[in-house]
Amino acid sequence: MRENTRLSVAHLVRDPVLLFLVLLVFTGLILFIILPLYKIFAYSITTNEGKLSFQAAWDILRSNAYLQPLKNSMLLGLTTGILATIIGYVFAYALTRVDMPLKGFFKTIATIPIISPPFILSLSMIFLFGRNGLITNKLFGFEDSNVYGMHSLVVVQTISFFPIAYLTLTGTLAKLNPAVEDAALNLGASRARIFRTVTLPLSVPGILSSLLLVFIQSMEDFSNPAVISGNFSTLAVEAYRTITGMYDMRGGSLMALMLLAPTLLAFVLQKYWLSGKSFVTVTGKPTTSRQQSRDPKLVWPLFAFCMLVALTIILFYGTVLVGAFVKIWGINFSFTWAHFKYVMTLGWTPLRNSVILALASTPIAGLLGMIIAFLVVRKEFPGKRAMEFVSMLTFAVPGTVVGIGYILAFNGKPFMWTGSAFLLIMAFTFRNMPVGIESGTSTLIQIDRSIEEASTILGATGAVTFRRISLPMLKQAFFSGLVYSFVRAMTAVSAVIFLISPRWNLATISIFSLFEASKYSDAAAYIVVMIAIIVVAIGVLNLLVGLLGNSGTIASGGSSERA
Amino acid sequence: MSERDFSARSSNVSLLHLTKKFRSLDGSGEVTAVSDVNLEIQAGELVTILGPSGCGKTTTLRMIAGFEYPTSGSILIGGRDVAMIPPNKRGLSMVFQSYALFPHLTIYENVAYGLRVQKLPAAEIRERTQRALDLMQLTPMAKRYPSQVSGGQQQRIALARAIVIEPSVLLFDEPLSNLDAKLREYMRDELRKLQKRLGITSLYVTHDQSEAMAISDRVVIMKEGRIQQVGTPREIYAFPQSKFVADFMGKANFIRVNVLGLDGESARIDIEGTQFTVPRAGKAGPGTGPALLVVRPEALRLMPPAADQGRAALRGRIDRFTYFGNIARYEVSTENAPLLIESYNPEASSVFEEGRK
Repeated sequence: MRENTRLSVAHLVRDPVLLFLVLLVFTGLILFIILPLYKIFAYSITTNEGKLSFQAAWDILRSNAYLQPLKNSMLLGLTTGILATIIGYVFAYALTRVDMPLKGFFKTIATIPIISPPFILSLSMIFLFGRNGLITNKLFGFEDSNVYGMHSLVVVQTISFFPIAYLTLTGTLAKLNPAVEDAALNLGASRARIFRTVTLPLSVPGILSSLLLVFIQSMEDFSNPAVISGNFSTLAVEAYRTITGMYDMRGGSLMALMLLAPTLLAFVLQKYWLSGKSFVTVTGKPTTSRQQSRDPKLVWPLFAFCMLVALTIILFYGTVLVGAFVKIWGINFSFTWAHFKYVMTLGWTPLRNSVILALASTPIAGLLGMIIAFLVVRKEFPGKRAMEFVSMLTFAVPGTVVGIGYILAFNGKPFMWTGSAFLLIMAFTFRNMPVGIESGTSTLIQIDRSIEEASTILGATGAVTFRRISLPMLKQAFFSGLVYSFVRAMTAVSAVIFLISPRWNLATISIFSLFEASKYSDAAAYIVVMIAIIVVAIGVLNLLVGLLGNSGTIASGGSSERA
Repeated sequence: MSERDFSARSSNVSLLHLTKKFRSLDGSGEVTAVSDVNLEIQAGELVTILGPSGCGKTTTLRMIAGFEYPTSGSILIGGRDVAMIPPNKRGLSMVFQSYALFPHLTIYENVAYGLRVQKLPAAEIRERTQRALDLMQLTPMAKRYPSQVSGGQQQRIALARAIVIEPSVLLFDEPLSNLDAKLREYMRDELRKLQKRLGITSLYVTHDQSEAMAISDRVVIMKEGRIQQVGTPREIYAFPQSKFVADFMGKANFIRVNVLGLDGESARIDIEGTQFTVPRAGKAGPGTGPALLVVRPEALRLMPPAADQGRAALRGRIDRFTYFGNIARYEVSTENAPLLIESYNPEASSVFEEGRK
């Protein structure tokens, strides 16, 4: 044991680039992930005079003002988790097991909520079901429908997060060895029986995984509860209001901790407990031989279900698009460019800021993600496990917690970074790397290590090998990391709402202000412009990554005749 | 065009007390993968390390390459101790089991890679890459990607990429194990021809004994991290120094004998009361007394019982007979030990049936 540690340290010293990278990554992780979390924790259990005391924490934990948001958040998370998982499962089952038309359309529709700006579904909800709502007021003539509350939140979050469930479960269902189901069919079981006795039990780990992932997302969601929850208070929003409205930093910190505990637990469960229980059989070969059901009694109900989901999504997004072009929703539906003019004049600076900061953080987050994946999969050094855990942790830490932690850690000396572009870029970078790390890791595991060794023995240094061999082979993972980082940076609300300054205001925060002022159509125009920017940016990124290296089949580095 | 250009830097390699210990899988103890290995490889020589899986042959190779650092001992290449030099500064090349071609680079770019890394002048890179491609008959497909050519061609790309940088030593890690049997034999001969022509010092690792016999100047047999025997293929096969080596190289019969006396190059022995004179293997062989005699199946001949008058013979019964066309194989039980006997060109001599005594 000591022998190997000594050897890996010796290895580090001999490879200065590696040593530099490891130190750099660790510095970043400690400064921008560990330190803020530690600050929240420490701040919550000290008094204003700096003495250690659990009294404040204890008082607060007993008060209903704090317990109610916790209960609400948990209830919301569980409800959304269950609903999103059910819809996601049916969607995934239909797309992997049934032969039906318009599959490509359904897949595209299901990715829209993932890359769309925040507030959009809540805005639609208000447009459709609010006091002047198209459906409630215009269609059914209700005068006093109340759109604000948990019921709306559940609808909005379910639509927002069912794609996460769908993607998780597609992975599970597509990778279950079809031979198992074929064997059951061969033994004389009916399709229904196979589903009940084979497919469903084997997808239980995927179902639980999806539940936990949606739960985390729902708990940490800030934008939807902030504008549509009414009297139904959730932790993420209450923490923000406690700090900005009541100037109670300690109370906000404690709420952040209460929010962090369940999400962290869910994350650890999902990552370490469930991942060991997966029945997914990875053989390295795509299973193309799955026989898809053509039974009309199965196909058409599933098709109808998928269509219903797709139409709902189209309705919600279409409503905002229309809303951006009408004078006053619910009162005057005549066409106007006024809202876009507003975005291009008064709203222009925050929009430009958002694009600049997202552009600045995207390459850093993408590259850092690939570097961490590379270090964790390919290199030996002390603290490797810790690096892996901490870098994935940001996925589970709610943005609200990050924002509060950053204020506590960087507001005072020696940093004085709050409000600066630098801190916003770092917040984006460290929050948005996990997808890059995840896809980079799974790609690297599939690539024969000797391809990199071949480069090394031909004389290339570690840095040259990474740039000329590893990175081009990681192209696809790199691209998804970049896209994800950019979209998340453009659409971030919860963490940055604590970190913006008059100099660095952001588009999402401007939309939030428009909501507070009930300028819904201006908000709609803003959102439409952001969607356009995101779509263009994804196209450009795709083009750039295409230029990064020429094509060649990835992950088949060895012989095609390998047994 | 002179192919000698590729070999200008060939060096000798010395392994001195090379030892490598790993942490065991459960993390509790240590596993010694390579134990006190001493080996001298002459410049231009092709030495094969042969052994069963887990014998430490690949670890030894990877230590020479620099992918593993030795726990103790030293590695000298051309007299220079390289143990602490990283793999990219050792001036070696390696042909990998999986070829490890760069999937995103063309065949030309794959071969040119090592030269480009050295930042050589563009004209020299072009000229040397072209020479290596010509030598390996890869020029017609230089613009294609590795996934678009056959397994044998991928093997040649790997070889071209390895020799183009004119390595001081060329390492082979079971390079033929991914090819089918016919192609494997063909490539084996091509590889040996090339190595001899270029005179590159080579270390070759394999678990296939016929491959080792066919290509090597000398063979090193390893078992459980230790060298068992070093010698030319002929020495190893004809004069194995241990039962393991005899058993691992080809098929062998082991007969319990009593050594009666030693006489220069031969020995007088006694098997179940019958006396034989056999050639003496190795100088360090046993003195008089009980010993094990190694007899290769092709060195034994079957005769009907009536024909043995006056000749030294063992009596036995044929349990099993297998006919291969070029070989007839008999499994014979005797009082001493079960014997395997192979008779070549059986149609020219006699074929015996099962159950015969």
